[in-house]
Amino acid sequence: MQAFLDIFDIYLLEAVINGILLGGVLALLALGLNLIFGVIDVTWICYAELVMIGMYAMYFLVQYYGLSYFIAAPLTILLVALLGAALHFFVIAPLLTAPPINQLLATGGVLFLLQSFATVAFGINFRNLGIRLPVLSLGDMNFSYARLLSFGAALFGMVAVYLFMTRTFTGTAIRAIAQDRQIMPLMGVDARRIYLITSAIGGGLAGLAACLLVLQYDVHPFIGLSFGPITFLICVLGGLGNFIGGFVASFLFAEIIALGGLFSDLEWGYVLAFAFFIVMMFIRPAGLLARRR
Amino acid sequence: MKARYIGWIVGLLIAVALPFVHRDPYHLHIMVLILIWSFAYTSWSIMGRFGLVSLGHGGFMGVGAYVTALLWNHLGITPWIGIPLSMICAGALALVVAYPCFRFRITGHYFVLVTLALSGIVLQVITATRDWTGGSLGYTPNRAPSWFALQFDDKITWYMIALLVWLLGIAIWHWIDRGMGRHAMEAISEDEDAAAAAGVNVTAEKLKITLISALMTALAGALYTQYQMFISPDTVSGIAVSLQMVFAAIVGGLYVALGPTVGAVITIMLAEFLRIFFGTGAVGWDNLIYGLLLVLFIIFLPKGILGSISERFARVVRI
Repeated sequence: MQAFLDIFDIYLLEAVINGILLGGVLALLALGLNLIFGVIDVTWICYAELVMIGMYAMYFLVQYYGLSYFIAAPLTILLVALLGAALHFFVIAPLLTAPPINQLLATGGVLFLLQSFATVAFGINFRNLGIRLPVLSLGDMNFSYARLLSFGAALFGMVAVYLFMTRTFTGTAIRAIAQDRQIMPLMGVDARRIYLITSAIGGGLAGLAACLLVLQYDVHPFIGLSFGPITFLICVLGGLGNFIGGFVASFLFAEIIALGGLFSDLEWGYVLAFAFFIVMMFIRPAGLLARRR
Repeated sequence: MKARYIGWIVGLLIAVALPFVHRDPYHLHIMVLILIWSFAYTSWSIMGRFGLVSLGHGGFMGVGAYVTALLWNHLGITPWIGIPLSMICAGALALVVAYPCFRFRITGHYFVLVTLALSGIVLQVITATRDWTGGSLGYTPNRAPSWFALQFDDKITWYMIALLVWLLGIAIWHWIDRGMGRHAMEAISEDEDAAAAAGVNVTAEKLKITLISALMTALAGALYTQYQMFISPDTVSGIAVSLQMVFAAIVGGLYVALGPTVGAVITIMLAEFLRIFFGTGAVGWDNLIYGLLLVLFIIFLPKGILGSISERFARVVRI
């Protein structure tokens, strides 16, 4: 009995740490979405599909063109950043004055578009990068380097965005626009340019997430559906546009999924997380960290 | 006004007579599918037209489909009882999620994302309980063609059932369109505070619409199960199905009774057309075109095809 408990604790600790590592990537995804919502006031339903396209880009760059991972990664980030800017330019910009629901649904159309584009162009086979990173053994616990690397890179990406937002002129302009949409153009800030830049940064964060996720998961056209909904829920749980809330919510969610997955199937981890989300929506409708009115 | 009723009666007579004149099973199959999905899209549009954009309808449809099939296979409960039970389940689910949403004023983006979570939950629960539901491999109700099991090999019977249910959907749409509730809901979608100040019970009105819509969607899911005899989590639940409903309703037109039907005709015909002309090589093409059309429609034609046509027509008549 005692031996059983010992093993159990080790697994529990492993699950907790894996949850934290998963939380890092989720936080990165949530940051990109929050940035776009906070500044442009639009929800990109197709955000996870941008990540999927990025994962395919990594796959082709590494497998077909034989580039090394560290050369392919910046190219992918650039590509997805361009994709994000294009999404804003072609879809969101014409709809900026339309009801918010229309913008949301239009990006839903883009979700269909990207998903089926991937199906048509790349087929529905599962593909992987062929890079298998070693596993770190710590006592009786195993952690894959892929997860550790993702966690580190995600933290790095978040710090970089934070510095950009607080230390540069453009970052300041972005934060100002998020606070007051009407007044900033009067202050000489070109709102359209800021929106494009923000979309590109949001896309770039999706690209970074793609580079990290492709190390852990196989790519297929529907992979977006497996972490897209989670990302939205995290953003809403943290309060749409609230960066710190999104950060906290990511780790909460990741822990629920990891621990739920430990006690039962992984799907039940997700079910628990979804249920937790709905309950939290009723307790704190404006987000975890929102001040009570 | 009279011409309109005559139009409806003539149209219905043609619709009823059609399967006896044109017996091609494939065409009948497509029409049954169109009618069932039209009913589902109509039930979405009942909510959607008032700005209550729900991405949770895939969940309601999944509950309708799976509860009916599970009750029949495991407990031998006939769909005649199973379908109302599944509708009650979906209705209860809708109330449990919607009541706090409306009570705490969760609207706009937040409402969309909460309902998105709902359809995510239903999809994951179906996949997780794979010992009973077959998981992502899908599920087949036990075959026993009879009235008792509500299974028929005859396509004409199915056509008549689907037509009847579709007509019920249109009738409910008109009933809401004519009723007081419509004005209340329109006021709410304009400004909740003003509507509340004018004496509209905001929460109750929204709940009523949501409940009706969820019950209808569950019925559509159950009918689809009984007709297709095969369901999988991806075809009757989840976000993709929810988005498909949104897409069809918007393309056809949200604000006219036959809009979702036109949307269903367009989407299903397009899918079948691509499938026939390009064979299996067309996998994905239909969704590619849907996605593109959805974006273009929302940007250029937010009232939908039928909505725009009838609006133009009305303008001509007025002149």
